[in-house]
Amino acid sequence: MLLSNLELVPGRRVVKHLGLVQGSTVRAKHVGKDLFAGLKNIVGGELKAYTELLQESREEATQRMVKQAEAAGANAVLNVRFATSSITTGAAEIFAYGTAVVLE
Amino acid sequence: MQALFENLDLVLFAALFVVGYFAGRWNERRHYASIRRREKDLAGVLVFSNRFPPAASGRAATRLVAGSAVISEDYFKGALAALYSIFGGRVRSYESLIDRARREAVLRMKAEAHGLGASMIVNVKFQTFAIGGRSQNSVKGVEVLAYGTAVAPAGGA
Repeated sequence: MLLSNLELVPGRRVVKHLGLVQGSTVRAKHVGKDLFAGLKNIVGGELKAYTELLQESREEATQRMVKQAEAAGANAVLNVRFATSSITTGAAEIFAYGTAVVLE
Repeated sequence: MQALFENLDLVLFAALFVVGYFAGRWNERRHYASIRRREKDLAGVLVFSNRFPPAASGRAATRLVAGSAVISEDYFKGALAALYSIFGGRVRSYESLIDRARREAVLRMKAEAHGLGASMIVNVKFQTFAIGGRSQNSVKGVEVLAYGTAVAPAGGA
């Protein structure tokens, strides 16, 4: 499965458009990790636990999107976009979407 | 001594303010030094916000690449920002915070592209997300996500 945020793939033709595919996940933070992050809030620096959490969530959302694309018989998802929104304190939704296509 | 205990919250605030200032400044300097060093190393990977790769690149292997970083504020920056939110104006303490997050995200994206043998990333998009938001008791930081399509000469990626 080829993922790209371009609208086309250089040198390859889009044979069929299969429409919008999407994947999302809602993740909450871990209290223990938050304790350490609270300390970091005093001295500054990277919140690695949060970076990883959001990255994992993004991978999961992407995976779900890819599954949908596979089910539709696509071999690529073009114009992929990400969106993040905070649902409530301590939880965020990560959303990935794109257009499923068949490339020749 | 009595006065010290009576104003414990004020003393605590002052202590955190000072610790936040020095530790935060040290962390920021170290981070900037590391950013500059890696930016030099990865200068070969070109980043474009153009929607399409240059026409001359011909048939190429493309792949989605992304990089992200969550950078925490420190106590000093937080207190300063709270002050600015009353009087308005440029919040320099947050400007550098977001700058660090953005450059770090771009570096991670570049590193991924470099690992794939790509020398170019096109259609780069940025997304900034505030962690903690306005709530009082939550951890505060800012996440920047950078993503785009790595373009490698056919055969790579």
